[in-house]
Amino acid sequence: MNYPVEAFSAALQDLDRVRADTLFLGALAQGTPIQAVEQLVVPALQHIGHAWDDGSVALSQVYMAGRFCEALVERVLPPSDPDRKHQPRSAIVALNDHHLLGKRIVYAQMRASGFELFDYGRMEVPELVARVQADRVRVLLVSVLMLPSALQVRDLRAALDAAGQPVRIVVGGAPFSLDEKLWREVGADAMGRHAADAARIVQAWMEERS
Amino acid sequence: MNSLQRVLTTLSHREPDRVPMFLLTTLHGAAELGLSIETYFSRAEHVVEGQMRLLARYGSDCLYSFFHAALEHEAWGGEVIFRPDGPPNAGAPVLRRAEQIDRLEPPRVADCQGLQRVLQTQAALKARVGDTVPIIGVVMSPFSLPVMQMGFDAYLDLMHEEPERLERLLHVNEAFVVEWANAQLAAGATAICYFDPVSSSTVVPRELYLRTGHRVAQRCIARFKGPAATHMASGRCAPILADLAATGTAAVGVSALEDLAALKAVARGRVSLLGNLNGITMRRWTPDEAQAEVRRAIQAAGAGGGFILSDNHGEIPLQVSPDVLLAIGDAVRRWGVYPLPAQAAE
Repeated sequence: MNYPVEAFSAALQDLDRVRADTLFLGALAQGTPIQAVEQLVVPALQHIGHAWDDGSVALSQVYMAGRFCEALVERVLPPSDPDRKHQPRSAIVALNDHHLLGKRIVYAQMRASGFELFDYGRMEVPELVARVQADRVRVLLVSVLMLPSALQVRDLRAALDAAGQPVRIVVGGAPFSLDEKLWREVGADAMGRHAADAARIVQAWMEERS
Repeated sequence: MNSLQRVLTTLSHREPDRVPMFLLTTLHGAAELGLSIETYFSRAEHVVEGQMRLLARYGSDCLYSFFHAALEHEAWGGEVIFRPDGPPNAGAPVLRRAEQIDRLEPPRVADCQGLQRVLQTQAALKARVGDTVPIIGVVMSPFSLPVMQMGFDAYLDLMHEEPERLERLLHVNEAFVVEWANAQLAAGATAICYFDPVSSSTVVPRELYLRTGHRVAQRCIARFKGPAATHMASGRCAPILADLAATGTAAVGVSALEDLAALKAVARGRVSLLGNLNGITMRRWTPDEAQAEVRRAIQAAGAGGGFILSDNHGEIPLQVSPDVLLAIGDAVRRWGVYPLPAQAAE
C-alpha cells in the first residue's frame, strides 16, 4: 500500500487540517489504525523533523503538526489499545528549566507515533530519580533549553546508576543541537536532533530487544 | 580609534582599525565580584563594577547593561527564579487565560524597581566611559515577550487561532517596549539590542513573520530614539535577513547554525552582522580552537566592515572560562586588524 506521506506532511506544514484529515481517513480506509499511524503519521512527522533540523521548517509548524497528529491518533488509537502494549515504560521531563515547549512537542509526537509515556512536567534531579524508580521507567526523554540544565544530565545519570536503575536516557534541546558532543559528555544514551527523533530512537531500541 | 568610533565605523559599512568585538558577558560579572547571581543583580552598583572589571580584563568594545530576560517578566507581574549556575528563569506565566489580554495594560517603567536598577546602571556606566565605549541596552521584542507572559505553547496557539487577540497583545507590548527602550537611551545606553528570537526562521515561517514580528519591529524601531540591533538569540535568519534589514535595524545577531559568509553576501552594505561564535561549544574550546573560530568568523564576514565579532546567542554562558575569553580577545587583535590578513595576501 502506498501512503501519501509527502502530501500529508505538506498539509501539516501548511496547517491545512481539512486536507490532512482527509488523507488520514484515506489511510485508515486502506488498513488498520496502527498501519495508518506507522506508515503515514510517523514518516510525515519524521519528514517535518528533518526539515526543521535543516532549517526549512519552523518550530511553530512542528508544534502545530504534532498537536494535530496527537489528536488524530488519539481518536483511532486510544491509550488502552493493545497495539500500544509492547513498549518500554517511558517518561518525558523538562529537567530543571522552566521552558516546557520542547517537552510538549516531543510528548505530542511520541503519542502521535503510537507511544504511551508518563509526562513528568518539570523536575529537578532528586525528585526525578525517585519518580523514575517508583514508575520503573526504562526510557527517559529529557528536554532542556539552558546549558546548565544540559550539564545536569550528568548528575541525573550518576544518580540513576547509583540507584541501580537501568534507564536509557534520550536528551534533546538547544544546547545539544549546538554542541553535538555534549550528549555523550553528560552520559546520555542518545540525542534527538528533532522532535520526531525520539520515536525513531525508542523504536530502534524496541527492535534491538525483540 | 576608541571602541565607539570602531563600532560606528563598521556599522557604516567601512573598515575601522580592527574588527570590533562584543563579548556579551553578564553572569561573569558576578564571578568577578565573588557574588551569587541573585545578589549581583540586586544592586546597580554591583553590575557597574562587574561590567567595568570585565571591560578592563577582556577588552570588549562594549559595555553590556543587560541583566536578564526575566526582569521584564517581573515588570509584568511575574516571578524571577534564580539559579546558581545560569541566567534566571521567568516563573509561571502572568497571562493564564487568553481572555486576560483583553484587559491587559502595559506596566510603567517608573513603577518597576528592577528596570530602574538597569537605568541606574546605564547612567553610572555612561558617567564612567562617556562617549568612548558603547553601552548596550536590551529589550525583548513585543513579539517575543509573550513566551514569558503566556508560555510558549499557549502563545503559539494564540498566534494561529486568535489573530485579533494576538494583535491587541502585540500593541500593548509595543507600548511597554518603546517606553522601556527610550528610557534606557535617555539613561545612557548608546543603542538598543532588540531581542526577537520568535521572529527567527527557527521559530516561525517567513510568511507568518511578515504578518507579525516584522510589522511590530518596523513600528518599534522607528519609535526608538536611538539605534537598534536585532538579535535572533541563536535562531536562524537567512530566509528573512533582507526583511530584517528593512525594519531599520542597524545590525542582526546571527546563529552559529548558519553560514556566516552566505549571510554576509546578503547583508553587505545593507545591515551589519553580529556573531556568530558558538557559545555552547565555547565552554570547552582550547585557546587554539578559540583562535581558529575567531579567524573563521572574521574571514567569513569581516571584509568591508559591517561586522562585529560576538557570540551567537547574545549572552556567553557562565561556564565559559576566562582563559577562553582572553583567547578570543587575543585572536581578534591578531586576525582582525584591517586590512585583514587574507585581503592583504590577495
